[in-house]
Amino acid sequence: MTDLTRLTLAEARDGLRAKTFTATELTGAFIAAIETANPKLNAFIVATPEQALAMAQISDNRLAKGEGRPLEGLPLGIKDLFATKGVHTQAASHVLDGFKPRYESTVTQNLWDAGAIMLGKLNMDEFAMGSSNETSYYGGVVNPWRRRAKSGALSNDKLVPGGSSGGSSAAVSADLCLAATATDTGGSIRQPAALTGTVGIKPTYGRCSRWGIVAFASSLDQAGPIAKTVRDAAIMLRHMASHDAKDTTSVDMAVPDYEAMLGKGVKGLRVGVPKEYRVDGMAAEIDTLWQQGIDWLKAAGATIHDISLPHTKYALPAYYIVAPAEASSNLARYDGVRYGLRVPGEDLVDTYERSRAEGFGKEVRRRILIGTYVLSAGYYDAYYLKAQKVRTLIKRDFDEAWDKVDVVLTPTTPSPAFAAGEKSGDPLAMYLEDIFTVTVNMAGLPGISVPAGLSAQGTPLGLQLIGKPFDETTLFQAAQVIEDAAGRFIAPERWWA
Amino acid sequence: MHVDEATVRRVARLARLRITDEEAKGLEGELSGILDWVEQLNEVDVAGVEPMTRVVPIAMKMREDVVTDGGKAADVTANAPMSEDGFFVVPKVVE
Repeated sequence: MTDLTRLTLAEARDGLRAKTFTATELTGAFIAAIETANPKLNAFIVATPEQALAMAQISDNRLAKGEGRPLEGLPLGIKDLFATKGVHTQAASHVLDGFKPRYESTVTQNLWDAGAIMLGKLNMDEFAMGSSNETSYYGGVVNPWRRRAKSGALSNDKLVPGGSSGGSSAAVSADLCLAATATDTGGSIRQPAALTGTVGIKPTYGRCSRWGIVAFASSLDQAGPIAKTVRDAAIMLRHMASHDAKDTTSVDMAVPDYEAMLGKGVKGLRVGVPKEYRVDGMAAEIDTLWQQGIDWLKAAGATIHDISLPHTKYALPAYYIVAPAEASSNLARYDGVRYGLRVPGEDLVDTYERSRAEGFGKEVRRRILIGTYVLSAGYYDAYYLKAQKVRTLIKRDFDEAWDKVDVVLTPTTPSPAFAAGEKSGDPLAMYLEDIFTVTVNMAGLPGISVPAGLSAQGTPLGLQLIGKPFDETTLFQAAQVIEDAAGRFIAPERWWA
Repeated sequence: MHVDEATVRRVARLARLRITDEEAKGLEGELSGILDWVEQLNEVDVAGVEPMTRVVPIAMKMREDVVTDGGKAADVTANAPMSEDGFFVVPKVVE
């Protein structure tokens, strides 16, 4: 039999419907692949093979009766940030040791209701704070891609898979699941997708319910998929998104059948190219990739327009006020009393302080302190309020751009995948990973990263398309054009298998 | 903006994070560096600009003021490091 793990989500769905293989066979292939590869990649924190096979049995029964649901029998990986009833949910943090929620997140419940199968929980940066997956309490994830030397030989250096959804991107890239859930607060879906040759979309704020997703920065967090193809991402998002009474920021808007609207092309589509994204020190290969993307869209009938988004450079510093401020508030709940780790102290306050000091990793502690500082007495107006006003200006830049263009095209990241340890010593260097993605979160817009080429070292690079609020449909259509032109990017040697 | 060691300790106290002397020194530099970097926002004129509160104009949802959930003390305390009879157990706080 062919290797079922190499199928796309759409191909696997069609194969199950055609009874070419069963959900149990498909699930078994992924369980075996995870068992072999995970010691090398560390993409999964916890695998749930028994649960997966039980779900597969139910799917096979339904498929046999012709009662298959839209995602019937399709095995997925779930980022550790999503509450999964009775299953390890710890945001890759020590502070949540042993936490098994008594409820299910809305996004994962939607997927199970559509017939999907859970393979396990995926590694990530602790509390989704990081761009390399190196802040996980469970250790870093290894990117399936390796650098290629001029001689053509692949290097053994371990590259990061991006972050915070590094387990999701690595698992999808290495064929350890058909697709994965992920979340994006400043770039945590799109940056790892770009670094692993996968497709990732952060939908408009409010498209997916945040209920049951461990909160990082509530005004920025959104769930979305990482998948092998644009079509797969379109299928996933449709079944993740919903209006949810349990999240008042989720919107009461019908979720389109994104897949059905693929293939419309980009004829007449107005594509904006913002000059502010040509940042100092950007690698020439990123610039070349960007131009290639412009050429592909133009060749497919789109028109290209130079635009200006003047407040772009302020998005990242404003983000590093808003996100830590909201995080310091959200993470106040980890007190050693209600869940997770408790380190006994001399009194209650000492217990709080010891539990939190031991439970949170270095980057999380750093951000809590920044957030606490900017929200402390006398500083609120100077920092948080100011940053929220800058957000209004960032959003206004886009609102004005939408008069002239339908989508905006940019690179996803300023550079390709880097080696473990290369940027972890300098917080600001790591924060710059999100320079092209963070504006999208600040403005609440949808953004998709689609693989578009290889770096000089043979590792993947992504292009980002940014859309109008709730116009994910156009992003999928335009991303499909890039994918059709660029082809798919699959790691050249399956050294992990 | 320079953050001195005393400020680091005050903020850590507010955040309920125990820090060692060594950490306090390291954080002094790191936090100062990050706060210096965000200072560039001072270049932006925000006079008359409203802070962003939402992405798309949607009305706050209303619902009847009725109990919709509850009676789940066992679920709520299930993950607590220490609990008893549906209560969280903490070190003594009242003499």
